[in-house]
Amino acid sequence: MNMYQGIKMALGSIMSNKLRAFLTMLGIMIGVASVISLVSLGQGSTQKVTEQVQSLGSNLLTVNVTGRGAQTSLSYDEVLTLQEKPGIDAVAPVVSSRVTVKAGNKNTEVTVEGTDASYETVRDFHAQEGRFLLPIDVQFRQKVALLGASTAEELFGFVSPLNNYVQINGIPFKVVGVLEEKGDSMSGANDEKVIIPISTAERILASPGVRTIYVQAESPEQVEMAEAQLEAMLTKKFKGDEDSYRIFNQQDLLESVSSVNSTLTMMLSGIAGISLLVGGIGIMNIMLVSVTERTREIGIRKAIGAKKRDILFQFLIESVVLSGLGGLIGVALGVGGAYAIGHFSDTSVVFSWDVTLLSFGFSLFVGIFFGLFPANKAANLKPIEALRFE
Amino acid sequence: MKSESPGPLIRIEGLSKWYQMGGETIKALDCVSLTVYQGDFVAIIGPSGSGKSTLMNMIGCLDVPTEGSYRLDGVEISAMNDNQLADIRNTKIGFIFQGFNLLPKLTAIENVELPLIYRGVPTRKRKAMAMDALEKVGLGERMHHRPSELSGGQQQRVAIARALAANPPILLADEPTGALDTKTGKEVLEMIQHINGQGHTIVLITHDLSIAQQAKRVIRIQDGKLYEDWSDAG
Repeated sequence: MNMYQGIKMALGSIMSNKLRAFLTMLGIMIGVASVISLVSLGQGSTQKVTEQVQSLGSNLLTVNVTGRGAQTSLSYDEVLTLQEKPGIDAVAPVVSSRVTVKAGNKNTEVTVEGTDASYETVRDFHAQEGRFLLPIDVQFRQKVALLGASTAEELFGFVSPLNNYVQINGIPFKVVGVLEEKGDSMSGANDEKVIIPISTAERILASPGVRTIYVQAESPEQVEMAEAQLEAMLTKKFKGDEDSYRIFNQQDLLESVSSVNSTLTMMLSGIAGISLLVGGIGIMNIMLVSVTERTREIGIRKAIGAKKRDILFQFLIESVVLSGLGGLIGVALGVGGAYAIGHFSDTSVVFSWDVTLLSFGFSLFVGIFFGLFPANKAANLKPIEALRFE
Repeated sequence: MKSESPGPLIRIEGLSKWYQMGGETIKALDCVSLTVYQGDFVAIIGPSGSGKSTLMNMIGCLDVPTEGSYRLDGVEISAMNDNQLADIRNTKIGFIFQGFNLLPKLTAIENVELPLIYRGVPTRKRKAMAMDALEKVGLGERMHHRPSELSGGQQQRVAIARALAANPPILLADEPTGALDTKTGKEVLEMIQHINGQGHTIVLITHDLSIAQQAKRVIRIQDGKLYEDWSDAG
């Protein structure tokens, strides 16, 4: 008996009981579909987070200073000396605080960040309207401000806020620019803030001293060098107390994010894999029932000359066709489902062929593995006893 | 028809089959001997429990003897394994069962094709052979009907066609008229006689003397022993 005949026979017997075949396949279908869609979603979110982290600016290092004793911050001038260190391209010191910003009769509570012109390049954060801070603003403590996209909308609606005035803690500031939209990222809401010159901020916030520094390394290869330079400087400043500052490396952040994500993906696909396994047990169950039901058929086939391997083959093909068909439908559902989720919600979906092939292959393997026992049972039936079976 | 084989088609010598049942040994067949030649029509008659079915299982190569020798078409069967027996059944024996034993989900022609599939006959040739066999039993018109759409007599004729299709040297009929009314039973029997007339060797197993008497030779089986009944030979 050849392969073609075997597959034809198996299809015939599957088609003769469609509802049962469908229910048997359901487990595999759900398993494959969930593996594919969950992994697509997981990879999608990994990619999105990675993009977000990278959008913060490449080669970025973030320094948070908590201080030691009375020394809780660095001065602006101290920070600027960092710029001369090898490996460091630019530094953007930030003095920040929560303030109430008022425009006309509207007011809102936002974060105000006092910084200088290098913030634009270091954070890769530009003005979509107007201009960014200039060195001269810092030098002369100008009362100028850039509004985040959301803050601008909240305070001015759809009217351009340029050249209008906002009051920060009661002091009027001229709006010189609106920042581009960046969306939320791990460093918080990017669009709800106000940027003013650092020198002005130190005055009005009554909290002189820089606690956050964004540092841009000269190149990705120089990040470690820059980090070492920062560490040397800060350790010296805080007399060897390593707990008084923290340096965040973009690369470390990326790695930890992607490792969290891959753990999640692994877990999800593990759960989905278990459902595939359960689907396989369902197939074995139905195949065993089918073997018992068809004992007489097996007896007839054996009497007219079917060999052990013919019967084994027949039932094995049946279970593989069941699981394979279930797998195919599952692939369609999984891919379709992933795209549908990607389309109807703002979750990003990254579809991967590897996972699709892998889960389809696994469904075939489940068919073989769980079909083997029932098929073997059928093949080993004695023809006389099988013929006598009613 | 294949008739060149010089020796007897079936040569059974000193064949016994024992069953263990609850610690007791039952001798279903007790040292029986039987020789059947090409073109013969042998009826084996006996009451139930006489060892009739066991003998049929032996002749049909569905089971192997405990003791003794069985040569079918010159080949020793008694020491064969399952796969070899399956091969022998496929090529040497055509079964006709009491309950027809057709596969209900297959059409008449698909049922007839079945032994040819297991023999590995290519599709086109197989279809031709199956059609041929169905036409021989007068069912050329009903090839694509399922067993449930056929009458009992027609079903048994499909079964005969299935037995004939592979062109085996022996047709083994186990109570072929048992599930049929008298009239169709007679028709089926006539068909079997007709097939015998074409040169097929037939071994028929029955408990009905009137049916057995249609055969050329009648062999009685009683308590696991065989008695040749020459007086009834046609």
